[in-house]
Amino acid sequence: MVEKALTGSRRYWAWMSFLLFLIGVGFFFYLRQFEYGLGITGMSRDVSWGLYIGQFTFLVGVAASAVMLVIPFYLHDFKKFGKIVILGEFLAVSAVTMCLLFIFTDMGQPTRVLNVILHPTPNSIMFWDMLVLNGYLVLNIIIGWITLSADRKGVKPPTWIKPLIYLSIPWAFSIHTVTAFLYAGLPGRHFWLSAIMAARFLASAFAGGPALLIILALLVRRLSKFDPGKEPIQALGKIVTYAMIANVFFLSLEFFTAFYSGVPGHMKSFVYLYSGIAKYAKLVPLMWTSAILALASLVLLVIPATRRHETLLAIACVSVFISLWIDKGFGLVIGGFIPNPFERVTEYWPTSPEILISLGIWAVGFLVLTALYKIAIAVREETEGIEIEH
Amino acid sequence: MKINRRQFLKIAGASTVLGLGGTAVVNMIANDGLEASHVMTDERALLAKRWAMAIDMRKFTTEEDYRRVINACHSIHNVPDIGNPKDEVKWIWSDGYEHVFPGQENEYMEESIKELPFIVLCNHCDNPPCVRVCPTKATFKRKDGIVMMDQHRCIGCRFCMAACPFGARSFNWKDPRPFIKKENLEYPTRTKGVVEKCTFCFERIAKGLIPACVEASQAIAKERGGEPGMFFGDLQDQNSEVRKILSSHFSIRRKPELGTEPSVFYIIGGENNG
Amino acid sequence: MRIYDGGKIIIGLVIFVGLVTFPFFYNIGKPNVKPEPKLDTPEIQKLTEKKCVESKAFMRAEHMKLLYTWRDAAVRAGERIYVNSEGKQFTISLQNTCMHCHSNKKKFCDECHTYMAVKPYCWNCHIAPKEKET
Repeated sequence: MVEKALTGSRRYWAWMSFLLFLIGVGFFFYLRQFEYGLGITGMSRDVSWGLYIGQFTFLVGVAASAVMLVIPFYLHDFKKFGKIVILGEFLAVSAVTMCLLFIFTDMGQPTRVLNVILHPTPNSIMFWDMLVLNGYLVLNIIIGWITLSADRKGVKPPTWIKPLIYLSIPWAFSIHTVTAFLYAGLPGRHFWLSAIMAARFLASAFAGGPALLIILALLVRRLSKFDPGKEPIQALGKIVTYAMIANVFFLSLEFFTAFYSGVPGHMKSFVYLYSGIAKYAKLVPLMWTSAILALASLVLLVIPATRRHETLLAIACVSVFISLWIDKGFGLVIGGFIPNPFERVTEYWPTSPEILISLGIWAVGFLVLTALYKIAIAVREETEGIEIEH
Repeated sequence: MKINRRQFLKIAGASTVLGLGGTAVVNMIANDGLEASHVMTDERALLAKRWAMAIDMRKFTTEEDYRRVINACHSIHNVPDIGNPKDEVKWIWSDGYEHVFPGQENEYMEESIKELPFIVLCNHCDNPPCVRVCPTKATFKRKDGIVMMDQHRCIGCRFCMAACPFGARSFNWKDPRPFIKKENLEYPTRTKGVVEKCTFCFERIAKGLIPACVEASQAIAKERGGEPGMFFGDLQDQNSEVRKILSSHFSIRRKPELGTEPSVFYIIGGENNG
Repeated sequence: MRIYDGGKIIIGLVIFVGLVTFPFFYNIGKPNVKPEPKLDTPEIQKLTEKKCVESKAFMRAEHMKLLYTWRDAAVRAGERIYVNSEGKQFTISLQNTCMHCHSNKKKFCDECHTYMAVKPYCWNCHIAPKEKET
């Protein structure tokens, strides 16, 4: 089926060339970073994780969101998702690929990355993160490819794929729980030391990922002959709605604990992010943008009339995605480091090389996504009218 | 013999795996002629069950005191002087009371302590979160309590830096060599991309010497008269200097509520309460 | 005989052959000098018994393995003394033991490493002795 990604319209090749250009630029700056060191980024002794780890954290959530299609279709026989589960699985492949690339880029000694496998350390959450991320990548590649091949031939997929599909369900929850555990178990970082960290991560994942899926489904309908269908998109919209409600609710729970208790350690990072500490307020506009976008999107999502209107739904989904990207891909990671263990503020902002490398990695993700979607769409177009049987 | 492509590929694959795997096993079992050699501890090495430090800040009275103690460490360990707070690398330094002990602020406290810069360094915790999170055991806890760094293994993920509640760790954001004022040729430098911190002078302890900072504070005491500002010893040895000073003075540790069990104690008052 | 996509295949083949044979073409005309590591440092000349930590044959083949053993012994196990196969004791240290005698990195270590196109990064951290430019 790979050949389906190697033929396409002029628009397809123009898009892929653009992505390859971005990848080239990103790679060039990565070589600069490899030569000079991570000091080429905006990270510092106090804010020792930045944009790269923030992007990884956000994208793990996007990857996990495939499970929001898998559970209804495979566990509850929700046939409406039959034609688009593949879109979720392939999005997961693309997202996990980006995660792994962001982790690799963030390492100070990337040539030693195999040490994590050569010297396994089960007490380290990062060890488990390496395992679950790679496992999820392999799972989704296999599941996506096998089921799509079966669809193309008009037959049921082989029976051995079912246990793997069922395995991918708890595995999806695990990748984001483990990533949340990276943060939630650190005694010195009060902003992250919250029992509901994993719950917040999952809620924002199940809002942001399906929101992206809706946008992608709408794009697929416009750019190809495959129509995911109005009802599947509406079902996804309901998932985004409930997940976003949960996400905003959880965030307000954090605010309550911090500010009602009045404990300085709990409050300080929130104060920095949403109000600023002394003259340090670089992130305040961003965080309020995220908050406003979140609330605006909720209004559009909760009201059934606006949710049913596909253009307004699209706007709501874009708002959700951007809002969560700011909150999780930036605010969460940076906020944990400010103030530092000495109650001092060192601010962070990414540098140009850092941004261009990140863009390059996003371009890799979109390249993988476009190629895989091209294949999936081609199969769906070929087998139009044939019922999916899994 | 008729063989189709699929069968051929299966046989070729299996033979390759067996061939490579077999060679690897043979290599592992084969000896390399080093049967008679072995490694051992230097007999001069200082031994302990839990190394600890007690710092009496009342003995640090001039800027020179701080400079000598910090310099003793940074100079012999080739710690670079990067010159900006973004990329700086430091193993031992000083900061004010409210920054070193946040959560212990006391607006009405004695002025002399409120204004006093405290010497800070890695606390070599007994329950270190940095060791818990390191994915490669590049940072690990020795049997004598020292939280050690293996710069050969560090992948530079900086998880330990996120985990340390005391901000004790530094990362080499770029090549440190241009920033080393005067290289100590008997100790290595580090390279870009690895984390570093105080190691309680493990290389000196291995030869029977106490940490350089403690030695410097003892030199100051000798010149000035009186007790030194830093003590080093085995916390599990009742007769050690550290135990004696801790049992007779009031001491505090940084962020004890986090349960990391720091091994660095700060003498605030006691029988000679100032 | 018609080769479908013949143009693309030929171009691909040419690129492939070019890449595979590149090492040979790149090194045409370059001198192939046998490495001759020099053992005439002042420190070695002062030794009464001119012996290294282990035998020459062993060191030639296994010095990297020995260094790995040393690294783990000194850094991870805290053992700083090495007793060689003849019972002689040495302090485990690349910088202060090995490089003390072999203080001519360019004429010793680099000779074979350059010939083999191997770039060990030990000396990124372990300070190499300052050499006199001759």
